[in-house]
Amino acid sequence: MAKELYEMTVVEAVNHNKDEKNVNELLSSLSKRAEKVNPKVKAYLNWKTEASEFDGKTSKDGKSLWGVPISIKDNICTHGWETSCSSKILKGYIPPYDATVVNKLKNEGAFIFAKCNMDEFAFGSSCESSADFPTLNPWDLERVPGGSSGGSASSVASDEAIVALGSDTGGSIRQPASFCGVVGLKPTYGRVSRYGLIAFGSSLDQIGPLTKNVEDNARIMNVIAGYDPKDSTSANVEVPDYTQTLTKNVEGLRIGIPKEYFIDGLDPEVEAAVREATAMYEKLGAKVKEISLPHTKYAVSVYYIVATAEASSNLARFDGVQYGYRHPSKDLVEMYMNTRSQGFGEEVKRRVLLGTFVLSAGYYDAYYLKAQKVRTLIKKDFDEAFKEVDVIISPTAPTTAFKLNEKKEDPLSMYLSDIYTIPSNLAGVPSISIPCGYDSKGLPIGLQLIGNYFDEATLFRAGYNYEQTMHWNDKKPSI
Amino acid sequence: MASDKYETVIGLEVHVQLQTESKLFCSSSTQFGAEPNTQTTEVSFGLPGSLPVLNEKALEYGIQIALGINCKIAERLKFDRKHYFYPDLPKAYQISQFDMPLSYEGYLDVTTKDNDSIRVRINRAHLEEDAGKLDHESHSDGSLVDYNRAGIPLLEIVTEPDLKTPEQAYAYLTLLKSTIKYIGVSDCSMEQGSLRCDANISIRPKGQKELGTKTEIKNLNSFKAVARSLQYEIDRQTQVVESGDRVVQETRLWNDAKQKTVTMRSKEEAHDYRFFPEPDLVPFTISREKVEELKKLLPELPQAREHRFVKEFQLSEYDAQVLVSDKKTADYYEVCVNSGADPKKASNWLTTELLGILNARKESLENCKVTPESLSLLLQMMDKQVINGKIAKEILPEMVETGNSPEDIVKDRGMEQVSDTGLLEELAKNIINANPKSVEDFKLGKKNAISFLVGQMMKETKGKANPAIVNQLLQKTLSEM
Amino acid sequence: MEMDINKVALLSRIKLDEEEKVKLQNDLNQILSYVEQLNELDIADVEPTSHVLNLENVYREDKVIQSEAYKEVLKHAPDIHGSYFKVPKVIEGS
Repeated sequence: MAKELYEMTVVEAVNHNKDEKNVNELLSSLSKRAEKVNPKVKAYLNWKTEASEFDGKTSKDGKSLWGVPISIKDNICTHGWETSCSSKILKGYIPPYDATVVNKLKNEGAFIFAKCNMDEFAFGSSCESSADFPTLNPWDLERVPGGSSGGSASSVASDEAIVALGSDTGGSIRQPASFCGVVGLKPTYGRVSRYGLIAFGSSLDQIGPLTKNVEDNARIMNVIAGYDPKDSTSANVEVPDYTQTLTKNVEGLRIGIPKEYFIDGLDPEVEAAVREATAMYEKLGAKVKEISLPHTKYAVSVYYIVATAEASSNLARFDGVQYGYRHPSKDLVEMYMNTRSQGFGEEVKRRVLLGTFVLSAGYYDAYYLKAQKVRTLIKKDFDEAFKEVDVIISPTAPTTAFKLNEKKEDPLSMYLSDIYTIPSNLAGVPSISIPCGYDSKGLPIGLQLIGNYFDEATLFRAGYNYEQTMHWNDKKPSI
Repeated sequence: MASDKYETVIGLEVHVQLQTESKLFCSSSTQFGAEPNTQTTEVSFGLPGSLPVLNEKALEYGIQIALGINCKIAERLKFDRKHYFYPDLPKAYQISQFDMPLSYEGYLDVTTKDNDSIRVRINRAHLEEDAGKLDHESHSDGSLVDYNRAGIPLLEIVTEPDLKTPEQAYAYLTLLKSTIKYIGVSDCSMEQGSLRCDANISIRPKGQKELGTKTEIKNLNSFKAVARSLQYEIDRQTQVVESGDRVVQETRLWNDAKQKTVTMRSKEEAHDYRFFPEPDLVPFTISREKVEELKKLLPELPQAREHRFVKEFQLSEYDAQVLVSDKKTADYYEVCVNSGADPKKASNWLTTELLGILNARKESLENCKVTPESLSLLLQMMDKQVINGKIAKEILPEMVETGNSPEDIVKDRGMEQVSDTGLLEELAKNIINANPKSVEDFKLGKKNAISFLVGQMMKETKGKANPAIVNQLLQKTLSEM
Repeated sequence: MEMDINKVALLSRIKLDEEEKVKLQNDLNQILSYVEQLNELDIADVEPTSHVLNLENVYREDKVIQSEAYKEVLKHAPDIHGSYFKVPKVIEGS
């Protein structure tokens, strides 16, 4: 069966796009696909319809992503295109500027195809807290796609996207990538500019690609990575060509398995898949050893203090004064109270309240300061580990995709499901999730590879070697 | 008097806008007076996704002022978020500095008009962004918000509670302002809001160690208002305490029209600013070399200059202080003296005569047509007796008007002093002959008589006669008679 | 440690109804009791981490770049008067 255009990878799309006509064919194919599958998975808030045409005014010369349609998480600012973070409070908000990543993609000839649904303000691990609607998992429409970049992961998995951008504060790219069977990278903190990413936890947030395979991911990183003078926290560290080292083998690669990650609550089928993947790496010539990340069990606590504190501050600006939703009122304070009460969903309220509390007078030292100190210990765990190994291997999530409403009423258990992804954000190290099999229900399982600071290249190489051996991503959900 | 039982404790918080081209964290212009909300970027609006990047010049300006007020410059500093909800704050937090400020532990030595000297310690001076401007007046059904000012760099300078009188507060503010203006990094205009001051004040029985309950005074629009509002608060708080009540800790607004402070009513909960380190900005380290470099760029500051003027030019401290309080005046003065004028004369002529004329004309020294060299020439012409003081005073307004040199004016108008003894002898004789009564008086020993005759001489010569020669001639001629 | 939900809600400028208060107070107390685990650690001598990278001294040049963003911002604003944003006044004692 011939491949449909919408099934293409980034690499295939770039090869396909010889002229404007090709791009419009691809756009049309993708739009039709979205019309068909999006009512089922609800990954998009909106997308370019079939009638729309590629603005081919830019010439193809030397552009690495010419005519490639990109789906973008709704917390990344797109000029002239509503950017609401899937929140009522930002409905109607149309940014007057593009995020730096969007600029970079456009400069390489790519165009925005769609805005992806997400947990409201990226607060969640299931995409159920979107103010618009929950996104569903194409592998099982009764299950969540993960979150918060659930729309991004689901759209790539259901072939209504060639590639999507997500953001990751505590696992928001990797966990949905794992649940949906796609490749998702959270870059090193500071690797990709945050300018134009609507902040959740400023010291944790990173934008990253969700793709059909590792090579696509490397291609997108080649474009979006790099220093941005508009983001003081972006690092002025040289960006290598990530596609160059992909094919190098993994012989001698030192892989660590953190003993603290194989604990109660880890689904045995997930554990088995990860163990098998580890064994495969050994077969491919890697050296595997057990390591220790002793402060792992504190990560969730630290995260929920630091991330909510920063979030409570970042979300203070949504007050109805300049943009978005305003609850009409004659009195200023009442306008604030009602705008934020009506505009925010329950999970946002929960986190804003928690974050406000841990920063408030009398509690700062007991919570926020303490958490920032334990964060130091967690970071040191990784510094120590990377003296011994090049890559740390772990499950991306303790389970495969769970059912809708399964964890909605139990925030703490939802938070605990991020146990494997959170430490990378706290330490700032890069991590990638790649498919490593399917459970007995046919749901994808994700393997997480954690690398040293600014060493995304090694993650891509390790991921590519495994992917090219196992070809898990050949399987597609039937939707 | 009851108030003798109490002493006053005052602390001042001054916000100075730093005169950078662009804002503290983005590239918006800082120009005053533009159309509302046009001097903005996504950063000054605090739009979602926007991020701040520090303006290096603002940091340097801040360091220069801090050095000028004898502060220690932090080796490492960071920024923090200060949270409160108000429409003038676009992000609902202000980027400020909490526990690692730019500078700390400075001081200024100030002297009041009544020669009361005190060292005012400065607790800290830190950088922060300005808020937007609210207009509550022009609309009955709402307030208007303009973010042009939001994000303009401010240096907040906080004193220790060392000030004891409104006069000291006034003197401190005057010296602080002139110091900053010397450095040239702020125009310090209270009218345009580029310098703002809040005052904290409490009273306590003399000898008591712990501080009394303080009130904070806001809405102070001039240094005079600061001094008056403080005096008002001293009287008010004294009355409250004397009547057995307790002072309430609150913010009070100065009402300039009514010359009193009034409670600022607010239903706000007690402030809980929830400071935490700004995650969008990295820390900054300031090398000692950089500090030295910036120190070298500082001009001689008013205090040092005052001391030098006293020493070098034998001026009184008061005269020196008057001269140095404005840098341009002091610069003018120095050029004038260096081009040959007598220092004391130059001081008098500059501060009383020339500035007097300019004030009356509502002009400033900056645009004055009289160059300091030309004023110097005028003073030297007096010294050399080319003209006398009376003529000089007549000439100066014309110099201000036309910018012509005093030599030209004197020549054109034939105002050279007449020192020709032959000519004056002739005239003296005529005058003596014409005023026999005065001659008689003189002989009777009436000293005034000669003054009258001198006056007649001056009248005849239209003021040009050299008064010393005239005096001498008349004395001589009369005694020979 | 328990939190005063009324105080925190006011500080956050979020109005909560009674039902929400009970539920959120309960959720948050559960989370706060979970994070008590941090008290096990001796962290007296540990420096806090605010930034994971050791970046410092990131500046921009003092240069004005005129932006037109305000036009679009005002166009989509909830309420404006001329080129001002308009907001309700503070009603005293309400």
